[in-house]
Amino acid sequence: MTELSAHLPQFQHGQLTENFPDNHLSNTNDSSERRRHDNSERRRNDNPGSETNGQPQNNIQQVVEQDEEEDEELTLKYGAKHVIMLFVPVTLCMVVVVATIKSVSFYTRKDGQLIYTPFTEETETIGQRALNSILNAAIMISVIIVMTILLVVLYKYRCYKVIHGWLIISSLLLLFFFSFIYLGEVFKTYNVAMDYITVALMIWNFGVVGMICIHWKGPLRLQQAYLIMISALMALVFIKYLPEWTAWLILAVISVYDLVAVLCPKGPLRMLVETAQERNETLFPALIYSSTMVWLVNMAEEDPEAQRKASKNSTYDKQAPANQTQNEDTDADDGGFSQEWQQQRDNRIGPIESTPESRAAVQALPSNSQTSEDPEERGVKLGLGDFIFYSVLVGKASATASGDWNTTLACFVAILIGLCLTLLLLAIFKKALPALPISITFGLVFYFATDNLVQPFMDQLAFHQFYI
Amino acid sequence: AFFWLVSLLLSSLIWFIAVKASDPHDEPLQKGLLIFGVMFSVLLQEAFRFLYYKLLRKAIEGLVALSEDGCSPISIQQMAYVAGVGFGLMSGAFSMINLLADALGPGTVGIHGDSQLYFLTSAFMTMVLIFLHTFWGILFFHGCENRRWWEIAAVIVMHLAVSGSTFCNPLYVGSLVPSYLLMAAAAVWAYLLSGGSAQNLRRFLLCK
Repeated sequence: MTELSAHLPQFQHGQLTENFPDNHLSNTNDSSERRRHDNSERRRNDNPGSETNGQPQNNIQQVVEQDEEEDEELTLKYGAKHVIMLFVPVTLCMVVVVATIKSVSFYTRKDGQLIYTPFTEETETIGQRALNSILNAAIMISVIIVMTILLVVLYKYRCYKVIHGWLIISSLLLLFFFSFIYLGEVFKTYNVAMDYITVALMIWNFGVVGMICIHWKGPLRLQQAYLIMISALMALVFIKYLPEWTAWLILAVISVYDLVAVLCPKGPLRMLVETAQERNETLFPALIYSSTMVWLVNMAEEDPEAQRKASKNSTYDKQAPANQTQNEDTDADDGGFSQEWQQQRDNRIGPIESTPESRAAVQALPSNSQTSEDPEERGVKLGLGDFIFYSVLVGKASATASGDWNTTLACFVAILIGLCLTLLLLAIFKKALPALPISITFGLVFYFATDNLVQPFMDQLAFHQFYI
Repeated sequence: AFFWLVSLLLSSLIWFIAVKASDPHDEPLQKGLLIFGVMFSVLLQEAFRFLYYKLLRKAIEGLVALSEDGCSPISIQQMAYVAGVGFGLMSGAFSMINLLADALGPGTVGIHGDSQLYFLTSAFMTMVLIFLHTFWGILFFHGCENRRWWEIAAVIVMHLAVSGSTFCNPLYVGSLVPSYLLMAAAAVWAYLLSGGSAQNLRRFLLCK
């Protein structure tokens, strides 16, 4: 096991912190509102049929108010769709983790701890155990904070190569090494005889396709599937190597940290998001789960026009970090986008979330792209760290709860409701929000409550076969 | 589902406190406490159903206010149905899932002299409860919408009756039969309230 723990720190070093910048949901930025109003005003003013020329001001005022309401309504409508779009991957990740925990005993066996949690929890007294777990959690959190700050500093000073290298190394490690271990354990559990050559071939294919999908281009569903798989693998590692009390403490502290890091003005994650928005860049594509890929709308006849507008926009881009271009950048971040924006969509290239899409978009320009986009295609993004910690919570609940499936189910529902609430807040506030705090709080509350309170009750009821 | 879960949480909290405060070796007392816990839980569930109704009402008002043509994309009846299904699914899942997990493993049912039909009757009881929750959802929301308090009272009484009938388990005829009868009654009532009628049913069955 020594070589495992030797690899792990390096891995942890890389992957953990990368995931943490993304413990937040990205959505529109503040200026999108203004932008929408600009667009609508322009459109209304350009309308030749307008007869109220003498009162342009009132017109604009009313229009602005109407637009706001329409925006809100559409936001709510599409908000529901986005909730479902995020429910499915989160549920899948949790299902994979719970299924693995229940069947493969490797991940519930105690085989030592990470070097990030050096204090053991097998102590004589409860006080000692509590102290050890607090120390472990403190060490882990400080490692995470240091790594996040390092990442933000690297990003600010444009050391993109370092960041990309870091990301590539950690996804390499995840995709090859951890999936190899996982596959090995699954084979052991089901007593499947397998030779090394087949395994090597399988892992090689899996890993290479994964690297391509995540860091470069690939079909959206495949990319999403790979992101879910690596989140599940990471969550399984956490479940295995974090001792009990440490794990719960870390979950609690991480959600507080997430809250602080994303919402405080000097929080590292907030600075990361703002810097990315200023530079009109997307955040690292390898660390964010995006529920859609934004395709370019272009119909055949609009292509030259779009191309012209595209070049115009790129110069405009350099001129002013104004609302317009900022919105083009983050439009794909928007949950629920308004109809007016929809109509103006051929104007923008939208430097879309990740390089795969922007390249696809640019390539789609000259060749008549047939994919037309409808408003519902706009998606919402969730950081992989959120996936991982949700799955850690549910996995730990299924691994160590006395109420077993009841507790797992309760935590699952709690996390999903928390996610719903977070998305609702996202639709209201329209800026990057931390996705962890509400869900993890609900999850923790429900875990401890169900395990200690509901479990005995349900046990007794089932024993007597009473029904409530 | 979440609301049902919260109600379960609160009711088990009450029961737990009651149990901890009492003598653990007194069998009849424990059973009495359990019965009390069950009744309290039923009342709490209905209370949470009412709270959920209030929440959905607010949501519908918001949707209507924001929509273009003045009506919300989802009607209150649909919401009632969904709420009922959510409650039912959660209650069913919590009742059955540990049983199912245990059923996968080795064992003999009723080896210590208990009923051998344990799994079967549990399954049937759970099924009837899920259906009942769905119908109660529709009835309850309809009663709240039209301010017919007797409908709400009827739902609560039915729920208490069904839970109460399970107290005579393992005399299964005392619990399953009344529950199924009540379910049939609730089904017909909910169907009629949702706008169904004998003609609709006939047309549906004859595929007109």
